[in-house]
Amino acid sequence: MFVNQFLILAAILFCIGVYGVIARKNGVMVLMAIELILNAVNLNLIAFSMRNGTADGQTFALFVIAVAAAEVGVGLSLVLLIYRNRRTISLDDLSEMKG
Amino acid sequence: MLIAQNIGFAIIAAVMIVGAIRVVTTSNVVHGALWLVVVLAGAAAQYILLAAEFVAVTQVLVYIGAVMVLFLFGTMLTRSRIGRDSGLNNTYWKLGIPVALALFAAMAIALVDSFGSEKMPTDGAIVNTQQISDQIFGPYLLPFWALSFVLLAAVIGAIVLARKD
Repeated sequence: MFVNQFLILAAILFCIGVYGVIARKNGVMVLMAIELILNAVNLNLIAFSMRNGTADGQTFALFVIAVAAAEVGVGLSLVLLIYRNRRTISLDDLSEMKG
Repeated sequence: MLIAQNIGFAIIAAVMIVGAIRVVTTSNVVHGALWLVVVLAGAAAQYILLAAEFVAVTQVLVYIGAVMVLFLFGTMLTRSRIGRDSGLNNTYWKLGIPVALALFAAMAIALVDSFGSEKMPTDGAIVNTQQISDQIFGPYLLPFWALSFVLLAAVIGAIVLARKD
């Protein structure tokens, strides 16, 4: 097994996630694309953990998983609040802060 | 053994890439969530391939168990259309394709340049769960405490934001 095969798979997932963040309008779909990005990072961390033979990468991956869970909880409650006030979760319609 | 690992990697990687592309292109929010399950399960399988079984089990419990339920509840509570919805993409969504391709080209060049044909160590020590716990409750104790406060703040914040008053 090459080190690069895992890293390039993670790069592909990361780029698909970035595309999703740019292309999607629905708030829930943007959060799903962010999950793709976080998973790509985790795959990198685990691959480097095996390459170096240390537990640091796996420890960091666990921290990332916990932070991602917190992020999804707060993110979805924000989307819910936006929906309750605006009756839409289309991120294009939120333009109050536009200069 | 190594050939079997490579075949397993290729199959799981193909499934993950197809699933990820479907997540960002599907026109149905619920289908997007279910394709995301495919990607997350594939990631857990890759972790097992990389001998990280504790992280793999955590991935299944936290992502496929908890985060996915949150996504489905979010879909339900915001009354996103269950079914086809043509309004999921921005008007300028095509802009994302060159950005993603350029980003991937930059990362692929950097990765091939740095790691070339370096192989995973086959005789290296396998990291076991005891070492991970020694790390978390040893040098990483302070970040662990900070993380527990982050989770507490997130839980309270989610309740405060989402409750009806």
